[in-house]
Amino acid sequence: MTETAEIVVVGGGMFGAAVAYGLVCLGHDVIMLDEGDQSLRTARANFGLVWTQAKGKGLHRYHDWSVESGVLWRDFAPQLLEDTGIDVKHRTGGGLDILIGDEERAKKQQYIDEMKAQAGDGTFDVEILDPQQVQDMLPNIRLGQEVSGASYSPHDGDCNPLRLLRAMHTGFQHRGGRYIIETRADRLSHDSQSFVTETARGNFRSKKIVIACGHGINELAPMLDISAPNRPQRGQVLITERVEASLDMCVTPFRQTNEGGYQLGNSEEEVGFDDWTTLEITQQIASRAVKAFPQLAGVRLVRTWAGTRVLTPDKCAIYDESKTYPGAYVATSHSGVTLAAINAKHIAKWISTGETEPGFEQFSASRFDVSKAA
Amino acid sequence: MFRRLHKSENTVSVSIDGKPVSVPVGLSVAAAVLMEGPEPYRKTAVKETARAPYCMMGICFDCLIEIDGEPNQQGCMITVSDGMDIRRGLGKRRIGD
Amino acid sequence: MPSFDLLVIGAGPAGMAAATEAATAGLEVLVLDENAAPGGQIYRNVEAVASDGGAVWDLLGDSYKHGMGLAASFRDSGIDYRTDAMVWQVDASGTVAFTANGVVETVTAKRIIAATGAMERAVPIPGWTLPGVMGAGAAQTLLKSAAILPEGRIVLAGSGPLLLLVAHQLAEAGANVAAVLETTATSNYFAAAPYLPRAIKSLSELRRGLEMRRALRRHGIKIVSGIEGLKAEGDQKVSTVTYEVGGQCETLEIDILLLHEGVVPNVQITRHIRCDHEWYEPQRYWRPVLDAWGATSVDCLAVAGDGAGIYGAKSAEAAGHLTGLDCAFRLGVLSENERNAKAKKWRIEKRKSDSLRPMLDRLFSPPGWVLVPADDETVVCRCEEVTAGEIRQCVTLGAMGPNQMKAFARCGMGPCQGRICGLSVVETIAAARGQSPEETGYYRIRPPIKPVTLGELAALEN
Repeated sequence: MTETAEIVVVGGGMFGAAVAYGLVCLGHDVIMLDEGDQSLRTARANFGLVWTQAKGKGLHRYHDWSVESGVLWRDFAPQLLEDTGIDVKHRTGGGLDILIGDEERAKKQQYIDEMKAQAGDGTFDVEILDPQQVQDMLPNIRLGQEVSGASYSPHDGDCNPLRLLRAMHTGFQHRGGRYIIETRADRLSHDSQSFVTETARGNFRSKKIVIACGHGINELAPMLDISAPNRPQRGQVLITERVEASLDMCVTPFRQTNEGGYQLGNSEEEVGFDDWTTLEITQQIASRAVKAFPQLAGVRLVRTWAGTRVLTPDKCAIYDESKTYPGAYVATSHSGVTLAAINAKHIAKWISTGETEPGFEQFSASRFDVSKAA
Repeated sequence: MFRRLHKSENTVSVSIDGKPVSVPVGLSVAAAVLMEGPEPYRKTAVKETARAPYCMMGICFDCLIEIDGEPNQQGCMITVSDGMDIRRGLGKRRIGD
Repeated sequence: MPSFDLLVIGAGPAGMAAATEAATAGLEVLVLDENAAPGGQIYRNVEAVASDGGAVWDLLGDSYKHGMGLAASFRDSGIDYRTDAMVWQVDASGTVAFTANGVVETVTAKRIIAATGAMERAVPIPGWTLPGVMGAGAAQTLLKSAAILPEGRIVLAGSGPLLLLVAHQLAEAGANVAAVLETTATSNYFAAAPYLPRAIKSLSELRRGLEMRRALRRHGIKIVSGIEGLKAEGDQKVSTVTYEVGGQCETLEIDILLLHEGVVPNVQITRHIRCDHEWYEPQRYWRPVLDAWGATSVDCLAVAGDGAGIYGAKSAEAAGHLTGLDCAFRLGVLSENERNAKAKKWRIEKRKSDSLRPMLDRLFSPPGWVLVPADDETVVCRCEEVTAGEIRQCVTLGAMGPNQMKAFARCGMGPCQGRICGLSVVETIAAARGQSPEETGYYRIRPPIKPVTLGELAALEN
């Protein structure tokens, strides 16, 4: 079996779906390939943040890229609503990262100082607020005694990540995109006429190909001579029962979802592709949450979740086109929710016309070669 | 919705939504509310739909109820005790104290 | 952390038998059960009911009374036994976390037996979430544990041995049972017939079933067979039930509707520890893959009782003995020959009480219209209020299995963790995709398998 499309997008997660959606909005004929129900699917474990304050250490262009995406989100969410009827519950109004204890506050201050220095003439709109200032922003919940403050950025917000994924998929299909499931891309090649994606179901031929399949990129991208190194990093998440609206702002790593449950993180573990949860981390996250908001002590945990982040070496996005096979693109980062808006707009435009935003070449993985050489 | 098979000698005093009631010893909280009311037993946190216990064995979680100030406990798994303050959950629970 | 040779989760017939057998052999055993007294579901509250004597004790019959002997032996054995203990995590390394009296505790054991039994299959008909609609087993539980009866006009609907039994018990207790609506399709009788000879070993059970029908008719209870299209309606609570039979539509005014379409294994423990499971087609449920002694594909874990597959209380008890003996052998206190010798009588017992099942399973195979709600408005996931129509719509969007469905529609994300909706969601997706439930899979279940508070978890540090 051979199926043909103008563009094949390998991967139906946050990156794949956003790019594919953006491409069909530009009128392209797109096939999006996705794996099965049991596949790793980082896009089932997003926290839902549209976040900028923690982005771009080591690559300031990426920080600005995230901020730009945050701005584009203001149009992206209404566009998705109009296109699909799905409200992805995008909230703006700034975001707080809660700090517990003096050491965390000191470390955060150091990070902010380094980022401001890195920004140079550019901006880095993050500051540390004192506990009372934080409490004033959160009138319906009491901060714990050990809270030493929070870092605040006016550019930050959040959304419902599962609705986002569903909306992008819905929008993609409504505009004629073909979504093909349970079809893992095994081999990519170019036969002088088209790109060929080989799968167990048969082959897909296309003029262009976008490799946006997260963990699968390590295996597939080199086949078309592009590099986008990444490794898995596990993050565990706790979800509580639904609670009356009490957390008025976007907060990390304790966030109240639009449904009412509290979503609690944050963990970073190097355990390969194991996406199970552990009692140790569950306990640590719960303990921290109760320190931040003592009123959560009686609230019940109803499920734990874990995902494997697709982490690049410097935690900043990689976007690149193959020099050997022009028309083959790679796109990845662990911030698929934040970047959904800019991926759907600028990355789709880049793939469609070649037009790039200023400084875009900095996102190539060749930056890792440079640092090695240095 | 339910009634006792025979008159009970041993009872405890509880309150349901502030109203004092006498219920037989050994009853689960869910059974007590099914016997004495009020209806509906609860309203969901999702759409505030009227619900009542379905399985009576701790599986369905439709028996969630507030006991002594703690919301969302499984009423079918907890036995009534003297002085218990039982309050129905009519939507999302409030955050703790 | 306290350490034991064997940890048994569940003090029903299988758990009690396993614990007693293992303790007799010399193992150090801990039993954890979430209820206040032993008996599980089938012998729920048997000690209190026995000591009260009276109407409920008489009502529930000899098979229930058998539980008293079990409970007495269990108590006498002096085994470490914690009541009101809610297990929420079982680790493949043998560590178990549970909450008792608001405090989280952890224990470790060389072997663990999950004897957490079964639960009623969900019956997602239109209106099944209305107050006043319950499982038939739920009504029986209320009778056993609280000696309380449903008020008003009661109708029971469904299939399976429990349906007539509960109808009979309620009627004898003085409840107003108006009708029993049987969903068993006529074709099921033909499917079950080949298994009748094997079932002859349990002739007394068969006879009991027939007697019960006669007794119900004596009470003036209408029994309608081969019904379809069951629907409950009402505003804020159920007030009517509608059904189709012989091409005609009938409506009854009711106060209580009790549904029952058999029981299915509770696989929460075996799923969250990631045992292998297999699909059992005649009764459309998942069960853990086990060896002849109940051992799962995870080293430290075994399963005994209805959690392994539905065979009833007597089989559960025999299985408990077998699994307990095997644990004693695996932990070196019994030789293989000793284990096999002691196991002999329990094998015979289990074979005898299992003999009825192949026939019953096919006779009471749940009808397709119960497994997959035709009406789009019918709620499938009760916790998150997700309808059959939404599930089917998500399938067209590419939600190809229950885990994608969770992400797309939120079903399975509520406090019950898919216990109630799991099988129905799988059947609905399978039907929409034209594939088998076996191919469709099941939810990935992660701990905690029962809700724990954040404060309880935080305190675990200390």
